[in-house]
Amino acid sequence: MIKVQKLRKEFGPKVAVNSLSFEVERGEVLGFLGPNGAGKSTSMRMITGFIPPTDGKVFVGGFDMIENPIPAKRLIGYLPENAPSYNDMTVHGFLSFCAEIRGLRGEDLKKAVHRVVEMCFLENVLYQSIDTLSKGYRHRTCLAQSIIHDPEVLILDEPTDGLDPNQKHEVRQLIKRMGEKKAIIFSTHILEEVEAVCSRAMIIDRGEIVANGTPDELKAKADRAGVVTLIVGGVAGSVVMEKLGQVAAARKSAVVKEESSRVVIRIYPKTQCINGELAHQISDLATREKWRVEELHTEEGRLDEFFRSITLPDTKSEETK
Amino acid sequence: MNQSSLGNITTLAKRELKGYFASPVAYVFIVIFLLLVGFFTFMLGNAPFFKLGQASLDSFFKWHPWVFLFLVPAIGMRVWSEERRLGTIELLLTMPITAWQAIVGKFLASWAFLLLTLICTFPIIMTVNYLGKPDNGVIFGAYVGSFLMAGSYLAISCMTSAITRNQVISFILSCVICFLLILCGYPPVTEFLTTLGVSQSLIETIASLSFMTHFDAFQKGILDFRDLVFFFSVIGFSLFTTGVILRSHRAG
Ligand SMILES: Nc1ncnc2c1ncn2[C@@H]1O[C@H](COP(=O)(O)OP(=O)(O)O)[C@@H](O)[C@H]1O
Ligand SMILES: [Mg+2]
Repeated sequence: MIKVQKLRKEFGPKVAVNSLSFEVERGEVLGFLGPNGAGKSTSMRMITGFIPPTDGKVFVGGFDMIENPIPAKRLIGYLPENAPSYNDMTVHGFLSFCAEIRGLRGEDLKKAVHRVVEMCFLENVLYQSIDTLSKGYRHRTCLAQSIIHDPEVLILDEPTDGLDPNQKHEVRQLIKRMGEKKAIIFSTHILEEVEAVCSRAMIIDRGEIVANGTPDELKAKADRAGVVTLIVGGVAGSVVMEKLGQVAAARKSAVVKEESSRVVIRIYPKTQCINGELAHQISDLATREKWRVEELHTEEGRLDEFFRSITLPDTKSEETK
Repeated sequence: MNQSSLGNITTLAKRELKGYFASPVAYVFIVIFLLLVGFFTFMLGNAPFFKLGQASLDSFFKWHPWVFLFLVPAIGMRVWSEERRLGTIELLLTMPITAWQAIVGKFLASWAFLLLTLICTFPIIMTVNYLGKPDNGVIFGAYVGSFLMAGSYLAISCMTSAITRNQVISFILSCVICFLLILCGYPPVTEFLTTLGVSQSLIETIASLSFMTHFDAFQKGILDFRDLVFFFSVIGFSLFTTGVILRSHRAG
């Protein structure tokens, strides 16, 4: 549904997005991850046709966004960053206007407004002026606007920004549900969100894709992924360490903590070790040695760790600009 | 222009016009306009309405270029700067409409609002008709001229409001541009230029760019095609430039 080819955007001398290429099909939820200023919003603005790219192409549903923007824009629902809306209108007035500009009239319009009001829990504020709403409601009003025409493509720029935990949860569920039938791109810097919602994630840093894969694949790339933690009682740390030297799948091990009654050891896998092989071997060893194992588990690897390892923090990337 | 672009323009204009009446701004504007025009018409000038003793609205229309000079930019200054300030321009221009439809729709809504303001001056027509037998054809012509002039000011204000997010700067810019376009055909100024020895043909060329020159003809009840062309050219040019400015902002 969405095809992006070598997309590039320069602001003066500064390259905000550099050679971005990817595709998103129906039924996929692509998460855009990246530190502030990475170029997420700029990319989305180009995909939705708000700003023209310096170079590269965007196709939505087969329509070229630059050559043939109107049919391409018809297919898209867009929630811009900070969820703007016309402050002087009521929620109902605003949604009706958006439906009308999307070509809905009469009964269809009423039904569409009713549907999104229900989906985004706006019943209570329907006839309230938008500038009197709390941030959460304003955000959901703009989200409602983006799905009013039941679009095939949804572009959501930080859709859960500024919501409370319950609202965040609701919006994530909504995105996940809609993701079954639509092609969705959403940006966030909350990593748990990616795990909860995305079928695929892309990490962007300084305008370039630095990693791309399912959340599980990305997690597996974290430094700590596959590391086994072992806690045994009644044995000295040095004894355990010595025996661990015989484990084939282990690269190295280290004592994290030694108490009188128990010892905590971390064992790092050799790179080719997968599927809990390391844990199996350690478990066999512990059985042979009759250790009193209190805990044995393999670290899954964490997305935030991986994220930190491949992106520069804000301040640093500002310096290199 | 096909059906759907007309539909889009109407939808946009309707929203914009509703926006005016959603806040007290519209009513305040109309009241201030009526008060100012009334004050100038009845109190000021060397031939105020009552003393003139004739059933004509010369002293009424003659103040329009000056009253509009401040009031129309006050309406126009928010047209695009507000969209940019709120960020709604990003919504607007990612909807399945063209930038032209948005520009024209928003302009027409504000122009319709100015038309409404002009219509609110109807008691003065009733008054002169009650007092005597004015030439209603001339009055109608002058209204058309006033409406077109307001549209030209408005188009210029839309253009300046596209330049900046700051409404005050937008207001001042459009006042200055409109003021210059009044001055270059204002008799005291053209006379002054003559005393400076500027060639007559140059003065006429400059004066032909002025609102005053073209508004005068309407005030006299003369509907000249060239005057219509002038006002519509100003509107067309300003709206076109608005489009160029908006596009250049987005291009970064
Ligand atoms: N209109 C603009 N003019 C100049 N620079 C811009 C503009 N918009 C964005 N940028 C720059 O481009 C970079 C990417 O910004 P953005 O896409 O907003 O990042 P993100 O959404 O990932 O936080 C930033 O460094 C930002 O300063
Ligand atoms: Mg952003």
